[in-house]
Amino acid sequence: MTDPGSVALLAWLLPAGAFVLLSVAFPLRRSGRPAAYVSILFSAAALGGALLAWRLSSHDAFTRLLWEWLPAESGPLATVGVLADSDSTLMLILVAGVSFLVQVYSLGYLADEPPASLGRYYTYQSLFAFSMMGLVLAPNFVQLFIGWELVGLCSYLLIGYWYQRPEAARAAVKAFWVTKAGDVGLLIGIVLLGRQAGTFDFVEILRLVDAHALPLAGLGVITFCIYLGAVGKSAQFPLHVWLPDAMEGPTPVSALIHAATMVTAGVYLLTRTVWLFQLTPGVLALVGWVGAFTALLAATLACVQSDIKRVLAYSTVSQLGYMFLGVGTGAYVSGVFHLVTHAFFKALLFLGSGSVIHAVHHAYHATHSHEDAQDMRNMGGLKQYLPVTFWLMLIATLAIAGIPPFSGFFSKDEILAAAFARGREYPLYYLFYAMGVVAAFLTAFYMARLMAMTFLGQNRTGERERGHLHEAPWIMTGPLLVLGILSAVGGALNLPEFLGGHAALERWLEPVMARGVALFGLEMPHGRTELYLIGGAVLVGVVGLVAGFRATLGRRILPAHDAPPDTGFALVLNRKYYIDELYDRVVVRPLVWLSRVVLWKGVDQGVVDDAAVNGTARLSRGLGWLGSRLQTGQVGVYVVLFLVGALWVLSAVAR
Amino acid sequence: MGLQAYLTLAAVLFAIGLFGVITRRNTIGILLGIELMLNAVNINLVAFARFGPSVVGMVFTVFTICITVAEVALGLALVILIFRVRRTVVADHLDLLRG
Repeated sequence: MTDPGSVALLAWLLPAGAFVLLSVAFPLRRSGRPAAYVSILFSAAALGGALLAWRLSSHDAFTRLLWEWLPAESGPLATVGVLADSDSTLMLILVAGVSFLVQVYSLGYLADEPPASLGRYYTYQSLFAFSMMGLVLAPNFVQLFIGWELVGLCSYLLIGYWYQRPEAARAAVKAFWVTKAGDVGLLIGIVLLGRQAGTFDFVEILRLVDAHALPLAGLGVITFCIYLGAVGKSAQFPLHVWLPDAMEGPTPVSALIHAATMVTAGVYLLTRTVWLFQLTPGVLALVGWVGAFTALLAATLACVQSDIKRVLAYSTVSQLGYMFLGVGTGAYVSGVFHLVTHAFFKALLFLGSGSVIHAVHHAYHATHSHEDAQDMRNMGGLKQYLPVTFWLMLIATLAIAGIPPFSGFFSKDEILAAAFARGREYPLYYLFYAMGVVAAFLTAFYMARLMAMTFLGQNRTGERERGHLHEAPWIMTGPLLVLGILSAVGGALNLPEFLGGHAALERWLEPVMARGVALFGLEMPHGRTELYLIGGAVLVGVVGLVAGFRATLGRRILPAHDAPPDTGFALVLNRKYYIDELYDRVVVRPLVWLSRVVLWKGVDQGVVDDAAVNGTARLSRGLGWLGSRLQTGQVGVYVVLFLVGALWVLSAVAR
Repeated sequence: MGLQAYLTLAAVLFAIGLFGVITRRNTIGILLGIELMLNAVNINLVAFARFGPSVVGMVFTVFTICITVAEVALGLALVILIFRVRRTVVADHLDLLRG
């Protein structure tokens, strides 16, 4: 039990234990808080295991197989187990850590839920932790895909946690279908790759790639299909539409699944198979394109949303775009680095917004008002009521806006610098860089807008409600504090050398990423250029923040029920560029038409019901009717028939 | 008068009986037709017994007559019962078993 593989395996199986326990022992599940304690306990143990696995792990990859699944003559087609290397242990800690913090936080956030619902919530949470760990630790594509689908299922279940609300149920179904569109691509890619390579195992395929034994023909299709899976799961354009709707789930779920862990699975998948994507630079360029475009598109949308969680949702889409831009540029470590720092500050932002919503919701609840507790137009001036939340969210805001020394600055700057550096080879990347900078400006702008609308200015919650606003309990602010510290100092993970750092993350991830870096090397800018780039990035962030604060505080904001409807470009932005409407016309309605007219009325009712089922019945009845005509009931007819038969038999015998 | 004459008579009688069974609409008429056919058989049997080496045919004829009596008694009883229930003895109307 001293190799990191076994420890990681243990950490992976602990949440599964909690899930099975809560599923089977249903009195425990229905008891609510005890179920939550069980889940949190197992999750804490998993976090301990993850940290231990990291302490034990060296630069080597450890594989620990649980059992051989789908055995074949030439070795098993798929195994279930763990592959503990630097990339997966890092993700393991991230998943276990954020999962633990969110589970603790949920105890406060969902305190008013009925016990049975709370037990159900924690059962799903345990299942999610198990599934996500299974995904990141997967030693082969098959287990990765199973984990991939399981986290999708958990996402569906948790978005639809308040399934009595039709919006939540619809959002859950939408998230399921849209990501499924990408998952089909992933499955096709995996199967094609398995056929080409003869194995699904990461290490085996890597060996083939190293020996130049993997046929390159058609590899572009394979990597493109795998990338499709990442597009769906990580909400990249054009499959980004599900993530904002997923905000119908409880806020801690948004923080865990739809900000920190599951949606970053796409980035993780690309870095995990970086040696494969290396061989197809065209697809990698596409990854960069889509990433940069998504970052910019989502950032513009985040600037006009009035629902606090939707701002953060679009912000997540935008930041995921950054990560993909990093990967597409060849700066894999930067992509993972941004993944990690983003997990910290975005989880903090979501949990902080949860604390705000909690306060406003309780205020409205106390006065029996039916105003929207998530609408920022109903907030404002909350700083004096929620000081801890305010200061911690401010840290996250500075981090995401790229203000040094907070974590987001380092990771975002690395990605932009990499795009700039790549531009020397391919001038197209200068465009990506420019898009990234504009998106960075917009990021700072909408975050300042969010902070100003929520915490500064006049309070718009309402006269009677104001007295009920209060800070969240310590069980919610505690996790916020931990994430706040991580958001503030997370940049130290990969402190660049000119600041006296050792680029620790880069060294840590070297064994996994080195192959990619070697094939698609990147000369990062140094010296003066580097300083100019950093200066530019910081300037953009500061200007964005100032502009955001000024623009928001400088005008009068009306509470939601007094606000006039949007007009002009604001309306276009508010309707999300009409992408949802486009999908409705192009995909949803034709599908519904096809299902209703062709498949339901045509195939099912026409062919199956009428022709096959009722047709058989009609045929037998017709034949029976014909036969029954012989039964006249007339004795004379029978006698004649008998006579004819007898004569026929006699004539046959006599011959 | 050889065997052939008797056999011809029996055949003619049988054909008349059969004709009666097929064409008669009255149930009693049908029973009468059946009687004719049975007696045609009796003539056959007796004729073969007279001209052949064995007298088995005679014995058979006695049996047939006995059974015919029983059959007619049963048949007429049925006809009376049918008449009581249906108020008719016309065979064409007795088509309860029509499909």
